[in-house]
Amino acid sequence: MINLVREKNPMPEQAPDVRNKNFLEVCTGYTEEMAIREAMRCLKCRKKPCTTGCPVMIKIPDFIAKVAEGDFEAAYQIISEDSSLPAICGRVCPQENQCEGNCVHAKKGEAVGIGRLERFVADWHAANYGDVEIQPVEGNGHKVAVIGAGPAGLACAGDLINKGYEVTVFEALHKTGGVLVYGIPQFRLPKEIVAAEVAKLEAKGVKFVTNAVVGRAITVDELMDEGFESVFIGTGAGLPSFMNIPGENLIGVCSANEYLTRINLMKAYLPEYDTPIMHADKIAIVGGGNVAMDAARCAKRMGASEVYIIYRRSMDELPARAEEVHHAKEEGIIFKLLTNPVEIKGNEEGIVTGIECVTMELGEPDASGRRKPVVVEGSNHIIPVDMVIMSIGTKLNTLILDTTENLEANKKGGIGTDDEAATNRPGIFAGGDAVTGAATVIKAMGAGKKAAKGIDEYLSK
Amino acid sequence: MKMFEVTYKRRLNHNMVWLKIYAPLVARKARPGQFIILRTDEYGERIPLTMAGHNEEDGTIDLIYAAIGRTTMLMDQLEVGDCFADIVGPLGKPTHMEGLKKVCVVGGGTGNALAYPLATGMKKAGIEVDMIEGFKTKDLVILEDEFRAGVDRLYVVTDDGSYGEKAFTTDKLKQLIAEGNTYDQIIAVGPPMMMKFVCQIAAENNIPSVASLTAYMIDGTGMCGGCRCKIGGEDKFVCVDGPEFDGALVDWDDLIKRSNYYKDQEAEDRAHVCRLTGGVRYHD
Repeated sequence: MINLVREKNPMPEQAPDVRNKNFLEVCTGYTEEMAIREAMRCLKCRKKPCTTGCPVMIKIPDFIAKVAEGDFEAAYQIISEDSSLPAICGRVCPQENQCEGNCVHAKKGEAVGIGRLERFVADWHAANYGDVEIQPVEGNGHKVAVIGAGPAGLACAGDLINKGYEVTVFEALHKTGGVLVYGIPQFRLPKEIVAAEVAKLEAKGVKFVTNAVVGRAITVDELMDEGFESVFIGTGAGLPSFMNIPGENLIGVCSANEYLTRINLMKAYLPEYDTPIMHADKIAIVGGGNVAMDAARCAKRMGASEVYIIYRRSMDELPARAEEVHHAKEEGIIFKLLTNPVEIKGNEEGIVTGIECVTMELGEPDASGRRKPVVVEGSNHIIPVDMVIMSIGTKLNTLILDTTENLEANKKGGIGTDDEAATNRPGIFAGGDAVTGAATVIKAMGAGKKAAKGIDEYLSK
Repeated sequence: MKMFEVTYKRRLNHNMVWLKIYAPLVARKARPGQFIILRTDEYGERIPLTMAGHNEEDGTIDLIYAAIGRTTMLMDQLEVGDCFADIVGPLGKPTHMEGLKKVCVVGGGTGNALAYPLATGMKKAGIEVDMIEGFKTKDLVILEDEFRAGVDRLYVVTDDGSYGEKAFTTDKLKQLIAEGNTYDQIIAVGPPMMMKFVCQIAAENNIPSVASLTAYMIDGTGMCGGCRCKIGGEDKFVCVDGPEFDGALVDWDDLIKRSNYYKDQEAEDRAHVCRLTGGVRYHD
């Protein structure tokens, strides 16, 4: 039986005026009935366009069919064949550009809520089978080092341990999870979910070494000298970019990375933590990506009365996930579109007092295919704010490239790899943002899985 | 030995403490000039501290700190056998020593603790080292014997003349240069204002200078950008590009302003000193 409703079953969520004052998860998740009803909207297309749109090629119609039958554990097992972190991806993937973007339903209505169903299945499994004891995997004697405990590293480690490799993950921060713990806020991805995924890997036998900066405390070459036969580099995106406009070093200007890390990794929103954070009343976030939305929504929750997103193009070009933009608007974030900062103003003590911007209009398409924003002459205006958060992307960190002998970079300055995630050095693989520059969690996971396959082939020779 | 266990603790003056901590992964690779980031416990902030030394054989690193902020006050409560939650390092670039024959290291206050591995490390590398140790007053003088044993010439100065010579470090430096001492490099480690003037004197005498900067940071690997400073008009990150920079290129006013980023919160933290240390307070 097929459910012919054109819209997705709505996702239960906290009311905007309630949730913009707390850090609890915004979406509370489908009930079993809602999930079954949503699953019944799937048309079971023979060509599976949704699967084609998924970076890790989850067998989407198959798992949805199991949800429709009410066999949620079977659905989980199907997802697990291709994805190691479904509870995370169901929450943070940009589904509208991937699986759901290809859904036949999307042509005349709303796509099947694939992300919502993936999340439901993963949460259902955790609630019902989460405490089933995981047995360590029997080892094949080959040692592999994974650098970085973010999505790429965790996915790579997960596939390798399942194949019997002895896996050690090195993490620079004091906590595992990478961007999943320092970047994405609690209200979008509860950290308990990340911790549970890491615990699963640990139970299977993956070793985690935190506080280990590879390139400083130990180099990739030294790891290989110490008996690691292969290394995966998944160190993530690097240094935050700034605009190079006057006033960026004033007190009250910081990168979104810094702001989010203080809040998410170091829990500045909880009184029992010592983490210092600036409490501002009016905050401008410059940028239009997911990180900008996260920073804006955190700023609101930290007590700011006015929070602005300043973005130089229009809503059509805004790169953030549709759901994040929708949620941000509901929560009272003010969107200043077609607006570009030219200077940050400060007082005599060097503290931010405002951000001077110009209005933009869209001209001809540029190299990215998007219409190029052009300054409207004489449109300078000042938005009074006491904090500015820069969220305009990152530059690649060269630490590993600088400290690993003969490791080659790609054109963007990231670690160079072929299509199979192999670098120019035999046995060294890389993937995720460290290779591509800032991208998405699921793409990093896909790269980690590809590298695991490459490492397995390399060590099976 | 437990990871990050305090193995040695010695009070150097009423608010400065010398700790040795078991951190073998850090000790294995540490070089003078590099720093670590630590957390005292799960609720602690992450703070950077330049190492005052390390011992590869017993796997320990040395930290000398003044108990003047929330975290350093909490650190003061740790005794031998207690453990830090986290220590990560070595971070930053090591001190550049190649090609130097004779240098003058100028340390101010707490900065002398950080100047110690640097000055003695340079001496060990065969460089002739003059060391100026400057303090406000006699009670604050630290590491005098250690420096005397580890450098060629040591000059201790105090602002009020209560110990050593009555002079500012900058006066002493000017005097040494005026007396005909030639240096390949002058290295400043101390409060930003002192470093600013030391680097100015160096520039006036056409001597290259190096300043060891401290800044707010979280990760120490370039990810947060909190430690950015202007060097020669460009944004640099103290954690990955430093912590040592060409003193002539540092935008000191920018650096001094940015060091006040969390001033209000820090003042509030200090007001809660009783809650932090059970009423014990070592500083004025």
